[in-house]
Amino acid sequence: MARAHSVAPADRFPVSARKSAFPYLLTGALLIAFVGSLHVAQADPRRFLEGDALGNVLRFLRGSVPPQVSPQFLGLMLRPVLETVQISVMGMVIAVLTGLPLGLLATSSLTWSGVLHERRSRFGRWLGGFVPYAAARGLLSIFRAIPEYVWALVFVRAVGLGPFPGVLAIGVAYGGMLGKVYSEILEGANPRPLEALHAGGASRPGIVLYGLVPQALPAFVSYTLYRWECAIRASAILGFVGAGGLGQQIDLSMRMFQFDEVATLLGILFVVVGCVDFVSGRLRARIIR
Amino acid sequence: MIPAPPRGQIRTAWLTLAGFTILIAWSYRGTGVDLGSLLGGEALRQMAAYVVRLFPPDLSPATLREAAVGAVETFAISFLGSLLAICLALPLSLLTTRTLLYQGILYEGHTLSRASLMFRVGVCVAGKALLRVLRTIPELLWAVIFVFMVGLGPFPGALALGFHTAGVLGKLFGEVLEDVDPRPLEALQSTGASRLRILLYGMLPQAAPQLVSYALYRWEVNIRAAAILGLVGAGGLGQRIHVAISLFLERELLTLILAVYAMVTLVDALSAYLRRRVI
Amino acid sequence: MYELLDLRKVFNDGTAALDGLTLTVGPGEQVAVVGPSGAGKTTLFRIMNLTLLPTSGIVRLDGIDVTRLSDVELRQARMRIGTIYQQHNLVGRLKVVHNVLAGHLGRWSTAVALYSFLRPQDANGAGRALAQVGIPEKLYARTDELSGGQQQRVAIARLLIQNPDIILADEPVSSVDPSLASGIVALLTELSTGSRKTLLMNLHSVDLALAYFPRIVGVRDGRVHFDLSPDKVTRALLEGLYAGDQDEATPREPLRHGQGPFGGACRPLPGFST
Repeated sequence: MARAHSVAPADRFPVSARKSAFPYLLTGALLIAFVGSLHVAQADPRRFLEGDALGNVLRFLRGSVPPQVSPQFLGLMLRPVLETVQISVMGMVIAVLTGLPLGLLATSSLTWSGVLHERRSRFGRWLGGFVPYAAARGLLSIFRAIPEYVWALVFVRAVGLGPFPGVLAIGVAYGGMLGKVYSEILEGANPRPLEALHAGGASRPGIVLYGLVPQALPAFVSYTLYRWECAIRASAILGFVGAGGLGQQIDLSMRMFQFDEVATLLGILFVVVGCVDFVSGRLRARIIR
Repeated sequence: MIPAPPRGQIRTAWLTLAGFTILIAWSYRGTGVDLGSLLGGEALRQMAAYVVRLFPPDLSPATLREAAVGAVETFAISFLGSLLAICLALPLSLLTTRTLLYQGILYEGHTLSRASLMFRVGVCVAGKALLRVLRTIPELLWAVIFVFMVGLGPFPGALALGFHTAGVLGKLFGEVLEDVDPRPLEALQSTGASRLRILLYGMLPQAAPQLVSYALYRWEVNIRAAAILGLVGAGGLGQRIHVAISLFLERELLTLILAVYAMVTLVDALSAYLRRRVI
Repeated sequence: MYELLDLRKVFNDGTAALDGLTLTVGPGEQVAVVGPSGAGKTTLFRIMNLTLLPTSGIVRLDGIDVTRLSDVELRQARMRIGTIYQQHNLVGRLKVVHNVLAGHLGRWSTAVALYSFLRPQDANGAGRALAQVGIPEKLYARTDELSGGQQQRVAIARLLIQNPDIILADEPVSSVDPSLASGIVALLTELSTGSRKTLLMNLHSVDLALAYFPRIVGVRDGRVHFDLSPDKVTRALLEGLYAGDQDEATPREPLRHGQGPFGGACRPLPGFST
């Protein structure tokens, strides 16, 4: 809110803003939540000192140095690493295939409002436009809200172990995220070029192609690449629930207390994620020009 | 006078497209994802059969109580974890802001000795490396480590979230602080304010809305993560989901999944509301 | 060509933009529309380019009531009307050639339109259109790299490609450097004279209107105030038209973070917002 500091005579002071209770309420709520959470989570820093805690940490640290870098081990780990990358790529493919149509449907300017729908009857707009719109939004919300690990657990039970459930889990969960962001990008597009094309007699596909797509496509690609970075991390972990890749190897090594292997695998994860970050970052920089 | 069409740009675009197509094809073969069978029959039928077993959700008082307790635990884990992350990330991010340590407007006309400069650069680099380690180790792994150290329950979950998110927030906070408009800082500097005062009165007030926004956004991510850390014994709904799956209690599983959905939607709404009010 | 009878337009929030406006424009005529802001000029233009329907009154294009047109006929009618906007309404990220060729969209099939992105289907035509507006060398430049005046010329080139029978220009020079404004008005009037297209221009600057147009229509409070040739437009008439005109007609885009004409330099300081 702009406060008007007028250059007025000294007897006129600007009236201060009305005092709102909100900051106090917020602080109060935060304090209650904090204390409550401490209690519920059984938070107790002393637990670090009791029992085996320290001993365990030391054992872990001692076991992980030096990391296991023998050629056989590294060679054995090549397949899981590649598998992790593959899972992330295929997962993103399915995510785009799911997210794009749902995202398009979840855009109000494409389904029932705005310049593309001026001639439709009210009922037509409701049935053919608003209903699919609401359904798509609901579906995307469900896909997004349930974490990918839960999806993975369900898919593992449904289609068995291996990389397939991991791919599906990422596809569904990330499809929800992509769809939501795609629809936000489309809704935020500048409507003026669309109006101009519409006034010139362009067909609806023409308006979308020459007005909407050029505005939205760079943002689409950029966000999808960003999500791919996250997908690599996620697919590395889905292995914990049996969905293949590095995660499964880390799980195995931890169960067998081979901390040196764990350390190496973490290092590999580091490198892989770093590479994808780099590639994705460079591509994104070139697109957003 | 009409110019010729440019060739170079189009070629790079085609090359990138080709590269990605190869990547996708290779991944397709490698993961054995059979889109045909997926859309065709067997896999869908298996999934449908499984999904049918989940319905209707188990709404007995015992299960509902478990779900409620789990939900509260999950909320607590995400909340504490996010708070811990902010407490860790803020100082770390200050240490990795180059404009605070050795670059930019605060240091113009101010020559640092070689030793001092190298020390500061070192601090910056070390800070960034630490943040990178914190955020590359996934939350689940942090949870395993902390469960190892302090035993089972929601506490290690909160710690795990805190450390991992500190890495993420530290990087984001650092970017915000570096991108702050330097002109108010310049103005403060010309009044003779010390660097600490400039930080408090110039940088932080400008950065605050964006910092809060990022923190709230991460809270949305954390509630989803918190629901899962239970897999490795870190409490919350995740732990109960693991039990339900292992004991083949499918209908209870659905109740728990619905609880996750409710929690996530709640936190998403809270976060969006707070972001609107604060920004 | 145009017969507008007793048009009334009331928007959803109750504002009456047009209140009994009657106007007739013959083919090949050049008309300047002047008047204070809020007089209903833009609403009038939106009705004339068939993107808005009046609340009551009759709109006839070539004798046909436009409300009777089917969807296909409506599109064809729109193809015959070219509009120039104050905010050129181009897509910044696209190359100039694509923005210009968008004028063909009324007649191209979707497949051709899609293919044209890879290989512009009428690059020569676009080049000629740009030459006509004076910037042929910008054919493959990115549209948002051009100045405001140049972008308005690209919009005119798009119109040339569309090749309509009627040109409607809604304050085409209000966002352009004043020294370039008369150039653009002259360009449009020459195009209209040369190809005998009907031209209606909504102008904020009365001087430009009087200098270039043989017919001046003054609009105020949603009605036609006067409709005369420039020599008959007296100072008294103009004062009556603009009496009590408070605000600047030039709309100000809010100086949002990084998006205003001054770019990132106008980021708000803490505690203030625009």
